[in-house]
Amino acid sequence: MSETQSTYNYKVVRQFAVMTVIWGIVGMLVGVIIAAQLVWPDLNLGFLHFGRLRPLHTNAVIFAFGGSALFATSYYVVQRTCHTRIFSDGLAAFTFWGWQAVIVLAAITLPLGMTQGKEYAELEWPIDILIAVVWVSYAVVFFGTIAKRKVTHIYVANWFYGGFILAVALLHIVNSAAIPVSLTKSYSAYAGVQDAMVQWWYGHNAVGFFLTAGFLGMMYYFVPKQAGRPVYSYRLSVVHFWALIFTYMWAGPHHLHYTALPDWTQSVGMVFSLILLAPSWGGMINGVMTLSGAWHKLRDDPILKFLITSLSFYGMSTFEGPMMAIKTVNALSHYTDWTVGHVHSGALGWVAMISIGSMYYLLPRLYGKPEMFSVKLITVHFWVATIGVVLYIASMWIAGVMQGLMWRAVNADGTLTYSFVESVKASYPFWAIRFVGGVLFLSGMLIMAYNMVKTMAGGRTVDDALVLQPAAQHA
Amino acid sequence: MNDFVNQFWNWYVILLTAISIIACSVVLWSQNITPVNSGNAATTGHVWDETLEEYNNPLPKWWMWLFHITVVFSLVYCVLYPTLGGLQGVLGWSSDGQYAKEVAKVDAETKPLYDKYLAMDLPALAADKEGVETGKRLYLTYCMQCHGADARGGKGFPNLADNDWQWGGEPAQIVETIANGRMGVMPAHAHLGAETIKDLANYVRSLSGLPADSLRIAKGQEAFNSVGCSGCHGSDAKGMHALGAPNLTDAIWLYGGSEGAIMETLTKGRNNQMPAWQEFLGDAKVHVLSAYVMSLGKGAESK
Repeated sequence: MSETQSTYNYKVVRQFAVMTVIWGIVGMLVGVIIAAQLVWPDLNLGFLHFGRLRPLHTNAVIFAFGGSALFATSYYVVQRTCHTRIFSDGLAAFTFWGWQAVIVLAAITLPLGMTQGKEYAELEWPIDILIAVVWVSYAVVFFGTIAKRKVTHIYVANWFYGGFILAVALLHIVNSAAIPVSLTKSYSAYAGVQDAMVQWWYGHNAVGFFLTAGFLGMMYYFVPKQAGRPVYSYRLSVVHFWALIFTYMWAGPHHLHYTALPDWTQSVGMVFSLILLAPSWGGMINGVMTLSGAWHKLRDDPILKFLITSLSFYGMSTFEGPMMAIKTVNALSHYTDWTVGHVHSGALGWVAMISIGSMYYLLPRLYGKPEMFSVKLITVHFWVATIGVVLYIASMWIAGVMQGLMWRAVNADGTLTYSFVESVKASYPFWAIRFVGGVLFLSGMLIMAYNMVKTMAGGRTVDDALVLQPAAQHA
Repeated sequence: MNDFVNQFWNWYVILLTAISIIACSVVLWSQNITPVNSGNAATTGHVWDETLEEYNNPLPKWWMWLFHITVVFSLVYCVLYPTLGGLQGVLGWSSDGQYAKEVAKVDAETKPLYDKYLAMDLPALAADKEGVETGKRLYLTYCMQCHGADARGGKGFPNLADNDWQWGGEPAQIVETIANGRMGVMPAHAHLGAETIKDLANYVRSLSGLPADSLRIAKGQEAFNSVGCSGCHGSDAKGMHALGAPNLTDAIWLYGGSEGAIMETLTKGRNNQMPAWQEFLGDAKVHVLSAYVMSLGKGAESK
């Protein structure tokens, strides 16, 4: 073993961690802008209108912010729990620069209207190929590190990260299959309802694996670490892991209820979405119960506040999801802002909050500090963010149910009570509240950025953290 | 309804789905039969990264039963509703069927009302407050996308709130327009040459009292009668309802009244279509909509 084997590679972790905060601000800023465009339509300037900026927002928050958080934490966790340096420094650096290139290309091409028109998979084929190359490299780095681990057992966080990496590779490559006609234009390899089914098999599993399994990996490392308590149940983690990754793969058709998709396919999507409730809650229980016996820590540890609150939102949105997958509920909720609210209770409440908590744990350790520059500002961030999420999802619930009811209301003569534009008009107050919620959440990220810069200032970049010897195993 | 090209794929899907649902419960059950060393004192014995350990608490009972219940619910659902491949489900439900049933229910409920409207002749219905209200609501659902919320139309979409009728404003003509649609065609006349077309445009503008070049008006009038315009629009240029040829003397423009817009119409021609609604809406709703459109024209006339 060479000398470099004796330290962890923190450089790539640090790069991704800093970019998590930066892309978080960018992505959420675009979100706030498009929320404002809905309230004040005059803000749709030239080609920077809602239709062009909305995919930029979703790509930036999911893949730039969420993706950077997943890269940062998975590289940190896999090294520390395998007690070895990362498999290949060069390939790991390639995944960082490659992923940043993808993000920059997305930020250029999406506002220019270059799109495959598939939700959360808008990027055109040359960028898709780059994503595939980066992602396969990521898999090589991650599983290569697992392969050279110094401990017999693979820690539970790594199962989730591993499942997420494999599934996303499969999903991305299958759904992005397209026939190019020029450098910036291609057509899907699938047609009609099959194209829609492939898209939502991808789309829902992007939620299931990118935004759930990966972040559960994060949860399984940072919650027990920050709580200083063992994971609640190994057995529960085994059962809910396999149930989760198996069941999620079937749930996609619930995005296509009451469409040209055959009835049986819709039903299969619905029943597996319902079965998914318990496997999802397994992760929440394991995280929250890890804190059992140490609840007092929640009082004065804002990082733990972020982590446990994120699990509460996770539990809430994974209850709401199966309910919305039921056909009769979906008939009311589909195409309304209820869906938007549901997505954001998952995206802001779960994904962003667990990432933020994990970054607050990670950043001081990467810059040789005992803790963040200001713990008080973490508390401020927590409350600002929480109020922001609550405003966001509550306004979208009300707007969504209202829209659903207005669209289906009929008069005694069988005509519709409201024209579509009347439901738009009625939604304005709620869109304004949503905008305020978004501004609050974004403000929290700016507080975080300030705290991060202050923590970095005068810190040293830790590149010599020694690889720990595995504890003596008695099993 | 069977979506499968052959029985192999049908049974492949049926078995795969059923086994997968049942497997969820089997895995859960199998993982729960061996006892665990419960109690918070005992961890699995593995330690990672200095401090990471795992208790091995048993699966929470309520959670396990929640899991089993969702599986049982799903199996019951599979029996009742179409879920397993081409098997229809014992309730005989389908999304098509649900739609047809809901439509039939509303149709049955509203039939007496529409029968009443259908029995009224159009001018009477156009004067009936409730009938016009229903017509307006139908209009806001089916017609406003093209003709606008105020029915004043736009470029290429006729204004319904004036009393100018391209295809005729008699009751039977309005019903015909909505029920069976219309195809409006102005042929292209590029072969006349730009000069003649400009002359014609000036003449047409002068008919509506708009400013035009007097020399061109005279030449345009001559051309109007010699190149075939009057064949459709009439020698008085007042149009012909049977052909949908617009009146050119009333200062109402479907595609714009500027010299440039008229020249474009003449040079390239125009193709337009009003879709047919009878099959989709049925006689009664077409009747009510016709009355509503008529009421709009009547309002304009009285002004």
